[in-house]
Amino acid sequence: MNQDSFAEGHSVIHRIDPRLRLVGAVALAVVVAVSYDFTTLITALALSLLLALMAQLDLRTVIRRLLAPILFLLLLWAVLPWSFKGESFLTWGLITLTRPGITLCAQISLKTIALMVTFMALLATMTVDTLGHALNRLRFPDKLVVMLLITFRYLFVIEQEYRRLLRAMKIRNFQPKTNLHSYRTYAYLIGILFVRASERARRVHGAMICRGFSGKFFSLREFSPHPWNGAFCFFITFSLILLIILEWVV
Amino acid sequence: MIVSPVVLSLKKICFGYPGGQLILNDLDFHIHAGDRIGLVAPNGSGKTTLFHVAMGLLKPVSGTIEAFGKVRKKEADFVEVRRRIGLLFQDADDQLFSPTVLDDVAFGPLNLGKTREEAVNVAEKTLDFLGLTGFEDRVTHKLSGGEKRLVSLATVLAMEPEVLLLDEPSTGLDAATKEKLIDILNSLDLSLVFISHEFDFLSQTAQHIYTMENGRILFDKELHLHTHQHAHLMGQQPHKHI
Repeated sequence: MNQDSFAEGHSVIHRIDPRLRLVGAVALAVVVAVSYDFTTLITALALSLLLALMAQLDLRTVIRRLLAPILFLLLLWAVLPWSFKGESFLTWGLITLTRPGITLCAQISLKTIALMVTFMALLATMTVDTLGHALNRLRFPDKLVVMLLITFRYLFVIEQEYRRLLRAMKIRNFQPKTNLHSYRTYAYLIGILFVRASERARRVHGAMICRGFSGKFFSLREFSPHPWNGAFCFFITFSLILLIILEWVV
Repeated sequence: MIVSPVVLSLKKICFGYPGGQLILNDLDFHIHAGDRIGLVAPNGSGKTTLFHVAMGLLKPVSGTIEAFGKVRKKEADFVEVRRRIGLLFQDADDQLFSPTVLDDVAFGPLNLGKTREEAVNVAEKTLDFLGLTGFEDRVTHKLSGGEKRLVSLATVLAMEPEVLLLDEPSTGLDAATKEKLIDILNSLDLSLVFISHEFDFLSQTAQHIYTMENGRILFDKELHLHTHQHAHLMGQQPHKHI
């Protein structure tokens, strides 16, 4: 499990204050999500690619991470064009592809890819704990920040536990087959993971209480000023204004 | 002889889970300032439960807990107890829940109301004391087992406790780390209680060794560690006497 591979770079984007990146990404997401004009969407895609380029993301990893949403989009392309009512575009026998259906698919696809790439460039370039601290500084509720950080921390522990159990099954010659025994074994595996996770949650909570935890989250992280912060602000503001003009004014 | 004051005293404590047997049964246990007590007892005899009851994490069915001269009953009473008594958990992964070492060590001091600067200061001093200088930005879940144990100890020591309860501190450590841990513990000016199964560890750290049986601590059967010399076959091979 290596979710942090984008976080280890040293590009311009990596050095920009995480809070600005977070706010920028959310602002871009809102504008792109409510836009339907193709010029706007293509500009948004171009901007996201520019951000990815600035963040020096590895192209192959970007594509690999886009596979899951692309799979989802293919599903849309398989269903929407013929099931959506409207002016016909192409007719093959019984199947009629409609123009509005295809337009909608294209809009959704462009939005999805543009936003995914933007988030990879701006948010995936920070570690999860940096994200947590940035959210905390942006006055995000303590409870949610603590939950995010602790989930991230114990994901690894639970994964290790899962692997241990899997090994224990393997060394006793467990081979998954399509039978009740296999299903039951997997059910046990999942069950025991839940039991262990809840036991651990209880112990961790105990450990936190022992050290005076009362629900308040303190962040030690200092986000130091960087000359690029201003430039980044300008770039994001400029992009937002450009997208808004393309969508609503032109 | 001057008897040092009692810092923690458990009187007639009973504890059990609903529907189960009593794990602690009429247990009496007292810690005086400066004590170094080892607890040796079979698995499942309630040693960890005893620690958790003392910290107020588990509520006893009956009995009284007196810490630092006051009876502690409610959750609010234990806030002070937890500040002055540190508990080192058996599994370091339970203790280290923050992403980085510095975050984790500073967590306690911050909760005690220290400013960020003071907390970082205490954390760094504690890490230095344990020979963990430069560990500040390490990611907790990527530390080795021995490092995790020492960082856990740092998180507890950073709260500047007066009493330290250690749940199997030496289990699973290699010889060098164990040696280091023993040196650290012996240099601390605190009251210590260890749970351990390792006699060689206890012989180097504890003054008294108690056992537990039927949910009680046996004072009358205090164990004494001693060395003796004798000759026997294969004596040149490394071996153990238990």
